[in-house]
Amino acid sequence: MSSDSPVSSDDGLHDQALKVGKHVLKSRLIVGTGKYDTLQLMKDSLDASGSDCVTVAVRREKLYDREGKNLLDYIDLSRFTLLPNTAGCYNATDAVRIARLGREILKSLENPGADWVKLEVLGDSKTLLPDPIATLEACKRLVDDGFQVLCYTSDDPIMAVRLKAAGAASVMPAGSPIGSGQGILNPNNLRIILEYLKSDDPSYPVIVDAGVGTASDVSMAFELGADGVLLNTAIAHARYPVSMASAMKHATIAGRLAYQAGRIPRRLYATASSPEEGLITSRPW
Amino acid sequence: MITIEFNGQASQVEENSTVADLLRLAKVESRSCAVEWNLEIVPKDRYETQALSNGDKIEVVTLVGGG
Repeated sequence: MSSDSPVSSDDGLHDQALKVGKHVLKSRLIVGTGKYDTLQLMKDSLDASGSDCVTVAVRREKLYDREGKNLLDYIDLSRFTLLPNTAGCYNATDAVRIARLGREILKSLENPGADWVKLEVLGDSKTLLPDPIATLEACKRLVDDGFQVLCYTSDDPIMAVRLKAAGAASVMPAGSPIGSGQGILNPNNLRIILEYLKSDDPSYPVIVDAGVGTASDVSMAFELGADGVLLNTAIAHARYPVSMASAMKHATIAGRLAYQAGRIPRRLYATASSPEEGLITSRPW
Repeated sequence: MITIEFNGQASQVEENSTVADLLRLAKVESRSCAVEWNLEIVPKDRYETQALSNGDKIEVVTLVGGG
């Protein structure tokens, strides 16, 4: 690595830790634990992703038909910080309730993730788009309750500013609807969010959450300047999840490194890579 | 016997049962769960003393896979 590089290692996954509130993550990739065919496949995929933070959901304990297999038997709690979510909540009261229950479980597990939450308040079950008004309300209530709130939101820059002002530890705009695999549909909105949220606070973490379809979407998020990417379905529903998890790990490294290395500007016309001097051939014009 | 609503289902338990009794009966591992009693979270150190009454609503939740 040359001395002019801002990157201390050639591993973009670990260049500088991702700081979110009080948490420090070695990997900038956060992965979900849902939708896997088997818990073993999930475990292998989490390992391959290189992540050290995974999201989990809070649900009723199954009192009947329990398989006897527990999610936590397949997650190494000494390696992974758990990030409980409020998925499935459609109002602020439910989201606060679920966040508190998640905190209670993580305290019992003595997992450092007890003090944070991925806030998700949905407005519609078809699009799974966030309800902005209820999200803002829940964010304020959770911040008041001492939570570090990682806030799922749309890619609306004004909403992102409002959530940061409400005390969110990280704003997490969706690239596209949850599980849709459409990637980052409006990179310009993401650019504006990054500019607004970081203008007076360059280290404020913006994490792209939702919509990733494949590895290039992850790289694109990092190339645009995102601090982290959170994804689930793109790995869990890939034909070969473990391979896709590895691809996401490398896409994180590539995208982050490319962002730090500084891309060349886009130009309309070509610029030759080989010297113009010393040509022994002639031009047609 | 008294009737409580346990994770959305009517359930019969002995009078003077506690949250801890209920968890033992349901074979729930308390380390990985949280308990809500009439919408109020019951801290772990209250499981043995929190008595159940007729009509109480109990929710026992755990962690599952999610994104």
